[in-house]
Amino acid sequence: MRRVDSEAITLQRQGELGLWVSLLGQEAAQIGSGRALRDRDMAFPSYREHGVAWCRGIQPKELLSMFRGASNGGWDPHEHGFHLYTIVIGSQALHATGYAMGVQRDGAVGEDGTAVISYFGDGATSQGDTNEAFNFASVNNAPVVFFCQNNQWAISEPLERQSRVPIYRRAAGFGFPGVRVDGNDVLACLAVTRAALDNARTGNGPTLVEAFTYRMGAHTTNDDPTRYRDKAELDEWKAKDPILRVRRYLEANGLADEAFFTAVDEESDRVGETVRTQCRSMPDPEPLDIFHEVYAEPNVHIDQQRAEFADYLSSFEGAGAEGGR
Amino acid sequence: MGTNLTIGKAINAGLRAAMEHDPKVLMMGEDVGRLGGVFRVTDGLYKDFGADRVIDTPLAESGIVGTAIGMAMRGYRPVVEIQFDGFFFPAANQTFTQLAKMRRRSAGKLAMPVVMRIPYGGGIGAVEHHSESPEAYFQHTAGLRVVTVANPEDAYWMIQQAIRSDDPVIFLEPKRRYYEKTEVDTEASIHEVTPLGSARVARPGTDCTLLAYGPMVKTALQAAEADTDHSIEVIDVRSLSPVDYPTITASVKRTGRLVVAHEATLTGGPGAEIAARVTEECFYHLESPVIRVAAFDTPYPQSRLEEHYLPDLDRVLDGVDRAFAY
Ligand SMILES: Cc1ncc(C[n+]2csc(CCOP(=O)(O)OP(=O)(O)O)c2C)c(N)n1
Ligand SMILES: [Mg+2]
Repeated sequence: MRRVDSEAITLQRQGELGLWVSLLGQEAAQIGSGRALRDRDMAFPSYREHGVAWCRGIQPKELLSMFRGASNGGWDPHEHGFHLYTIVIGSQALHATGYAMGVQRDGAVGEDGTAVISYFGDGATSQGDTNEAFNFASVNNAPVVFFCQNNQWAISEPLERQSRVPIYRRAAGFGFPGVRVDGNDVLACLAVTRAALDNARTGNGPTLVEAFTYRMGAHTTNDDPTRYRDKAELDEWKAKDPILRVRRYLEANGLADEAFFTAVDEESDRVGETVRTQCRSMPDPEPLDIFHEVYAEPNVHIDQQRAEFADYLSSFEGAGAEGGR
Repeated sequence: MGTNLTIGKAINAGLRAAMEHDPKVLMMGEDVGRLGGVFRVTDGLYKDFGADRVIDTPLAESGIVGTAIGMAMRGYRPVVEIQFDGFFFPAANQTFTQLAKMRRRSAGKLAMPVVMRIPYGGGIGAVEHHSESPEAYFQHTAGLRVVTVANPEDAYWMIQQAIRSDDPVIFLEPKRRYYEKTEVDTEASIHEVTPLGSARVARPGTDCTLLAYGPMVKTALQAAEADTDHSIEVIDVRSLSPVDYPTITASVKRTGRLVVAHEATLTGGPGAEIAARVTEECFYHLESPVIRVAAFDTPYPQSRLEEHYLPDLDRVLDGVDRAFAY
C-alpha cells in the first residue's frame, strides 16, 4: 500500500493524476481495521482509505482512476462491501448508520451478524453529520463502528481546533463506548476493531474507535505542510512509522526472515510497475458519458441535451483538431 | 496609482483594507488562519491581525455560518470563507432559514452584515465537489445579495463594498481565474468606484449582447474578439442579486440580441431568469430569442470530461451563431 501511495504521488507530479491523497503513516490503522472486517460487513470510507480499499479487494487502478478524473470511483459498493469515497466531510457517518439500521431490520444482527464501519478523520468529528450519526446510532443501538483516524491534523488545523477532549471520550456523551487504540500498531488496530465489530454484529450497539496516528505526508498533493507544522513533530512520528514497527516486531519474534522481506519488496516493485502502466494507459471517458446514469428513468432534459451535444460534436468532424473555427 | 495584482491577491488586499478600516471586521473559516486559506486569499492576515480576528474554525460549515450570525448580532462584520463551492451545502440551513431572513423577521432590528466568500466554478481539474456553480440557489433566495468578480479591480473594491453592506452578501470568487493579473487602482475612493449592484459593459458592441459573470467573462471577451463577423457587446453582470436590468436592457434594446453564458446548469439557472425578464422588457426589440449557453443538466462530471461540460469559447460562439440564425 505504501508503494501504491508513493507511486501515486509521483504520478500526480508527472501530471497523470489531478490529485492524490496520501495515506502515509496511517497504514496500520487502515490495514488493521480493514482486516477485521468480514466479507459481508460494509465499510463507508472517507477519501484517504486506500488501505481499507485494498483489504476490500478494490484494485489500486480504480482509486487512481478517480484521482485522475477518469471516473467518480465507479466500483460496485455492494460487491466489495465498500462504499464509494465520500469527500464532503462527515456525510458517510450517517450513511453507515442508516445502513446499519437496515441491517437491524433485516434481522441480520446476531452471532453471525453483519457489522458496518464508518471511517472519518479528527476534523470530521466537528461536523454536524458526524455527531448526528453518533446519536442516531446510539438511539437505535445500530450495529455500526465509528472508526476515527485521528492523524492530528485537518489540513492546517491541529487537533486542538476541533476538540478539547480526546475524541474517544465523545462517545460517552452519546451513550456508547469509546476506545483509543495506538493507530500505528497494526495488531492492536486489528484486535480493537474486531472486538468492536463483534459487539456491533451481536447486537451490543455502536463503538467509537479512535486510532491515534499521524499524517506523515501533506494533506494532499496540493498542500504544503511546512507552512503550518514543525519538522520536529514529523521527525518524532517518523520514528513511530507503523511499517517500521511491524517489521521490528516480526524480526524480534522470529516471525519472518530476510527472504520474507525480500519477497515483500519484490511484490511491491511488481505492484508499483502495474500501477504506473495502468494509470498511464487509462483511457479518457467519452464526452457523451456526461449524460450517463443521472436518472434511473429516461429524462427529457437529459435526452434533449445529449442529442444536441452529439450534433454539436459532430459539427466539428472533419474540421481539424482544434475544433470548428 | 496602480498596483499589479492577481484576483486572489486583490481580494486579499481588499480584505486587509477592510480590516484596517473597521476593527469589527473579522475572518472565519477552515484553514484561513495560519495557512492563509487553501487558495491563500487570507494570507498574512492571521499574522498581522491575530487569532481573535482571523479565526481558524472547527470543520463545520453550519457552525461557521451560524456563529457568524451570532457575531453579526453582537456588532461584528464576519467574512466567512467556505473552502470550496461544494462544501457550502452543510451551511444551507443557516444561510437560507436564518441569515437571509433575519432582517425581515426582526422587523429591521437586526442587520446581518455577513459576507460569505466562496471559490466557485470548474476548470481546475479537481475531484468531485470542488467545481460547482451554486449561484442559482443564492439568487433564488430573498434576503441575500449575490455578487461575483471577474477581474482584480472589481475583486479589490467589491469585497470591501460587500463588507460594508448591511445585508448578507454571497461573494463568489472564480477560482480558475484567481491568478489572472491586471493593474488595480487601489487609491480610488470606495464611494466613487462602480457600485456593488451594477453591471459593467466590458466591451462595447452593436450587433449582439453577450452576458457573462465571474469565470465566464474572460471566455465571453475572447468570443467577442473571435467573432469577426459581428460586433458583440460583452456585459459583466457582476451582481446576480439584484441584477442591474437597466444596464442590460439598454444594451439589448440597441443590439436586439442577447446570449447569456454561465457555468451553472441550464435549468433554473441565472440565464433563465435573465432571459424571462429581458423578454418581458425588450420584447419588441428582440431579433431572436434569448439564447442560453450553460452547463448541462447533469452533475459536474469527473475532471477528464470537464472541458466538454463547461461552456467554452466554441460553445459561446455557437450560442452567438444561434442568435444570428434568426
Ligand atoms: C464539508 C466539507 N468541508 C470542507 C472540506 C474540505 N476539506 C477536505 S479534507 C479537510 C480536512 C479533513 O480533516 P480530517 O477530518 O481530520 O481528515 P484527514 O484529511 O486528516 O484524513 C477539509 C477541511 C470537505 N471536504 N468537506
Ligand atoms: Mg485529520
